Amino acid sequence: MYDFGYTKPSSLADAVAALAGDDEAKALAGGQTLIPVLKQRLNKPTKVVDLSKLGLSGITVTGDSVTIGAMTNHATVAASADVKRAIPALAALAGGIGDIQVRNRGTIGGSLANNDPSACYPSAVLALGATITTNKRSISADDYFQGMFTTALDAGEVITSVSFPVPAKAAYIKFKNPASRYAMVGVFVANGPKGVRVAVTGAGQGGVFRHTAAEAALSKSWSPASLDGVSIPADGMNSDIHASAPYRAHLVGVVTKRAVTAAG
Amino acid sequence: MNAPFEGIGASVRRKEDLRFISGRGNYTDDINRPNQTYAVFRRSDRPHANIVSIDTSAAKSAPGVVAVYTAEDLAAIGGLPCGWQIHSKDGSPMAEPKHPVLAEGKVRHVGDPIAVVIAETKQQARDAAELIEIDLKDLPATATVTDALKSGAAQIHDNAPGNVCYDWHIGDKEATEAAFAKAAKIVKLDLENNRLVPNAMEPRVAIGDYDRHTSDYTLFTTSQNPHVIRLLMGAFVLGLPEHKLRVVAPDVGGGFGSKIYHYAEEATVTWAAGKLGRPVKWTADRTESFMSDAHGRDHVSTAEMALDAQGNFLALRVNTLANMGAYLSTFAPAVPTYLYATLLAGTYRTPVIYAEVKAVFTNTVPVDAYRGAGRPEATFLLERLVDTICHDTGFDPVAIRLQNFIPKDAFPYQTPVALQYDSGDYFTTMEVAMKNADYAGFPARKAAAAAKGKLRGIGISTYLEACGIAPSAVVGSLGARAGLYEVANIRVHPTGSVSVFTGTHSHGQGHETTLAQLVTSQLGVPFSQVEIVHGDTNRIPFGMGTYGSRSLAVGGTAMVKAMDKIIAKGKKIAAHLLEASVDDIEFADGSFKVAGTDRAKSLSEIALTAYVPHNYPITEIEPGLDETAFYDPANFTFPGGCHVCEVEIDPETGVTSIVNFTAVDDVGRVINPMIVEGQVQGGVAQGIGQALLEHAVYDSNAQLLSGSFMDYTMPRADNLTNISVATENTLCTHNPLGVKGCGEVGAIGSPPAVMNAVISALKDYGVRHMNMPASPEKIWGIINAGRKAAE
Ligand SMILES: Cc1cc2nc3c(=O)[nH]c(=O)nc-3n(C[C@H](O)[C@H](O)[C@H](O)COP(=O)(O)OP(=O)(O)OC[C@H]3O[C@@H](n4cnc5c(N)ncnc54)[C@H](O)[C@@H]3O)c2cc1C
Repeated sequence: MYDFGYTKPSSLADAVAALAGDDEAKALAGGQTLIPVLKQRLNKPTKVVDLSKLGLSGITVTGDSVTIGAMTNHATVAASADVKRAIPALAALAGGIGDIQVRNRGTIGGSLANNDPSACYPSAVLALGATITTNKRSISADDYFQGMFTTALDAGEVITSVSFPVPAKAAYIKFKNPASRYAMVGVFVANGPKGVRVAVTGAGQGGVFRHTAAEAALSKSWSPASLDGVSIPADGMNSDIHASAPYRAHLVGVVTKRAVTAAG
Repeated sequence: MNAPFEGIGASVRRKEDLRFISGRGNYTDDINRPNQTYAVFRRSDRPHANIVSIDTSAAKSAPGVVAVYTAEDLAAIGGLPCGWQIHSKDGSPMAEPKHPVLAEGKVRHVGDPIAVVIAETKQQARDAAELIEIDLKDLPATATVTDALKSGAAQIHDNAPGNVCYDWHIGDKEATEAAFAKAAKIVKLDLENNRLVPNAMEPRVAIGDYDRHTSDYTLFTTSQNPHVIRLLMGAFVLGLPEHKLRVVAPDVGGGFGSKIYHYAEEATVTWAAGKLGRPVKWTADRTESFMSDAHGRDHVSTAEMALDAQGNFLALRVNTLANMGAYLSTFAPAVPTYLYATLLAGTYRTPVIYAEVKAVFTNTVPVDAYRGAGRPEATFLLERLVDTICHDTGFDPVAIRLQNFIPKDAFPYQTPVALQYDSGDYFTTMEVAMKNADYAGFPARKAAAAAKGKLRGIGISTYLEACGIAPSAVVGSLGARAGLYEVANIRVHPTGSVSVFTGTHSHGQGHETTLAQLVTSQLGVPFSQVEIVHGDTNRIPFGMGTYGSRSLAVGGTAMVKAMDKIIAKGKKIAAHLLEASVDDIEFADGSFKVAGTDRAKSLSEIALTAYVPHNYPITEIEPGLDETAFYDPANFTFPGGCHVCEVEIDPETGVTSIVNFTAVDDVGRVINPMIVEGQVQGGVAQGIGQALLEHAVYDSNAQLLSGSFMDYTMPRADNLTNISVATENTLCTHNPLGVKGCGEVGAIGSPPAVMNAVISALKDYGVRHMNMPASPEKIWGIINAGRKAAE
C-alpha cells in the first residue's frame, strides 16, 4: 500500500464533499476489492472515504419492491427473511458470493460501483430491471452498466441504494471460475414487471449483458425447452486460461436453461 | 487404571496441533529481532532480458533506507550451489551455469531478483524498491522445453548450448531395441506432466542476524533442513565456517519440497545482516511465492511398451524432456533422473527398460522436487500407458496389471533400472483396494449415473515408490554432493524424562508425536515425558532434514540405534546396582530386571544414578545417559499400493466430480495410524489437485499467467470426497522398525487413478489420452468433438 489519507464522515453530504473535486479520492465500502488493489499498489488514492457511518445499510421490502442500502453486506442480504420471501433468487445469489469473510464485508454498493465483469450482483440488477439510487439521481439498470469496470456513475458519485422490482419468477445460476470462484458464466433469469429478462455475467468481454435471443424465446414460452436451438455467438465472449470464448458461449446456453428450470 | 497405550501402533493425537490451531505456533514470521530492518526485493517483470543499467541513487536517498544492493555489491560471494551433478550419456558433466544471488547482467525469469532494498520499515523498503531505475533490453524468451530445444531458440546461459543441461540415459538400450523388434504389439503414448506451484500455506521468510560481540551469524528461515542450508550457504555462498553460522527453522507451515532448497533471499539477508550489523527480515508475499518458490513436475514424455501376444510386458522405452527452469535449484537435476527413471519398472516385472532424459533450461521459475518428486511423473507415465495399452488392445486393466505384477515371491527384486526392491505385495493391495472401492459394483453405479444423464468412470493405478532417502554411498556414486544418513541424540534426563534431538524436521508431518511414540515403545517412557527437538543447528546434531519420506525410515532408525545404546549402558549400570552380571539384565517396559527374578531398577532410577554416580561403575563407564547414533540406510524403502478413483462427469459442462476415492497403501509398519491416514489424505488431495485443477501456465512469452489464487486453482474441500484410506503392509527388511514411509504415496498414486477414471468415463467419445489437469473445458471439448463425429 502507498500512504493515503483516511476519513470516515458521518453524513452523506460530507462524504460527497470529501470525494468532490478530487479524482484520486476513493470511496471505501467493504474493501473486498479496494483493499487488495491498494495492497498490490495498483492504485494510489489521495484519500480513502469510508462510507460505513452514513447509515446506508438496511433492507426495505414492500409489496412490489426490495430496496437494499448500498452498504448492506452480502451476508445480510443472504440471511434476510424478507428478501428470501420476496426475491429468493437474490438472497441465494448473495449467499453464493465468495466465502463467509467476503460476504461479511463486501457490499452491494461496492459490487455495483466496481462492476467487475465476473461479479454476481450486476446480473440481478440487469435482469430484474432494478434502479440504482445515488446521492444525486436514479439510474435504471439498462443505463447503468457501460462495459467492464465501467458504469454511469460520475466521479465522486455515491450509490445510496438499489431497488429491485419483485418478479414472479427468478433464478440465478453461477458456473464458477474454478480458481477465483467468481462467475465464469452466471445467468440471472427473471419474469416480472419489467418482462422476461435474462442477464449474463462473467462471460462477455463487455461485462454483464442481456441475452436477447433467450429473452425472446422465453417471452413466447417460459420453459427450459423453449431455449432449445437458442445459441449465442462466441465472438464477444471472454477467453482466458480457464475457458475459451466458444466454451463460454456453450455454457451460457446450459446455465440459462438450468436457471429457467430452477426458477420454475 | 491402565495408562492409555501411546506406543507404536497407537493413534495418539498430534501433540503439536494444540499449539498450531490456537495461534501459539512459532513461525519464522513470528520472530522479530531487536533493531530489525526489512528487506524487499525488486524482481524482474521480464522473462529474459539484458540488464543495461541499474540506478539505485533515488532509492538510496529515500526515507528510511539503510542500504540498496545489487549483484555488484555481492561480487565477493558465490552463486547458489547445486547439490547434485548428473553426467550426460557421453560422460560429460551437466551444464551448471552460475545461479547468482542477485541477477548478474541478465534476468532469466519473471521473478528473478535484481536488487534488494533494506529499510527501517517494510513500507519504506517497498517505496524505495519502486524508485530503482532498471533499464532492461528484452530478449526472446521460452517457457516450454519443446520451444527451448528448437534451433534458433534464445540461449539462456552462455555455457549451456542449446539450453540443454544434460542428456542422460539409463537401462539397456540394445536389449530394449531387441525386445521391441520381436514384439507382437507396441503401444506408444505422448504425455505431459503438468507444472505445479507448491503453495505451502506459510510463505517463505528469512531473517539474517549478526552478533557483533561474537561475530556469529544466525539465519531464521522456513526450511525443511536447517543443516543443509547451513552447509550450502555457509560453505558455498558466504564463506562462513559452520561454527560461526546458526540456522534455525522453527515451526514451518508446510513445505512439500519447496522449502528444501537454499534460496537467494536467505543468503542475501544473512550477508546483509553482517554488512549492516543489524537484523534483516524478509517475508514473501503470495505473489512473490508464485514467482520464486521452486515449481514442480513439468515433463514432456513419450512412452512405448513392447508386448507379446498374451499381454506380457517385454520392454519399456521412455523419452523425457524435463524443464529445469531458468537456473538449477538445489536438487533439481536428480528429480527427472534418479527419482524418476529408476522408478519406471513400477510394480511390473518388465524385463528391460531404456529411458533417456534431457533436462532443459527455460525462462521460468526453477523446477525442483515437489511432493513425490519424479515418482509421481514415473507413475503417471506408467499407469496411463498401461490403461492406453488396454484401450488399444482390449486387454482388461485389472487383468493386465495382475499378469505383469512382480510376483510375491520374487523379492528382493532387481529391476532393470538400478533399484532393488526389498519387499512388497501388489496383488494384495490391489485386491483390497478393489474390494474397498466395490469395483465389482461399478457397472450398476455407472448405469444409475447414466439414468441421471451423467458419465461415470472408474480408474485404477498401482504404484511403487522409492523413499527413505537414501544410502549415501549409492547416491554419492550417482552424483549427490551430500550424504543422506540421519542422526539422533537421545538424552535421558536425571529424573527419566527424555529429549530427542533429531536431524529431521517437522513441517506438518507430526514428528513431535510419531517420534515420541518410538521412545515410549522402546524405552517405556510415558509419551508426555518425551520431547522432540528439531530445527536448530545449535541444538541438534548435523542431520539432513525431512523430504523423500525419510524421517521415520532413516531418522527413526537413528533413534532406535541411539536408544539401543542407552539400553546397553543402562544394563551395565543396572548390573552394578543389582549386583548381577550384565548378561543377566533384561530390559522391558522401562525396567531393567535380573532375568528370572523380580529384582529390577526403573529407567529413571538408572538415569538418576548415571547423573549422581555415587554408587557407580565409574572405572568402566562414563556418567550420564546421553547417546547419539548416525544411521545410513542400506537401501531405499519401497512403499507401494493401489488407488481406485471413481468420477462422475456432467456431459453438458464437462465438470468432473470425484465420487469415490480408495487408497490402499503398503507403507511398512505403521507407528500412528491416524497420522498415516492424514498424510495419505493430504497427498491424495494434492494428487486430485494436479489431476483436475492445478496448472502453472506460462504464455508463449514466458509470462506466468496463473500467478495468483485468482487463476491458480488449489483443491478445496468441495473438490474432494471422503477418501478411504487403508494399509496392507509388508515390512521393510533392512530397517529395525520395518517402516517404509507415507509422506508422498498419496500424491504419487492418485493422479493416474483420477485420469484413468476420467478417460474411462469418456470411453464412448473416442478419447485415448488427456493431459492434466482434466479441466471442464478439455472434457467438454472431447465430448463435443465426439458428438460431432457421431453425427
Ligand atoms: C476472495 C473474494 C471472492 C469474491 N467472490 C465474489 C463472487 O463470487 N462474486 C461476486 O460478485 N463478487 C465476489 N467478490 C467481490 C466482493 O463480493 C465485493 O462485492 C466487491 O469486492 C466490492 O464490494 P466492497 O463492498 O468490498 O467494495 P470496495 O472494495 O470497498 O469498493 C469497490 C469499489 O467501489 C467503490 N465504491 C464502493 N462503494 C461505493 C458506493 N456506495 N458508491 C460509489 N462507489 C462505491 C470504491 O470506491 C471502489 O472503487 C469477491 C471478493 C473476494 C475478495
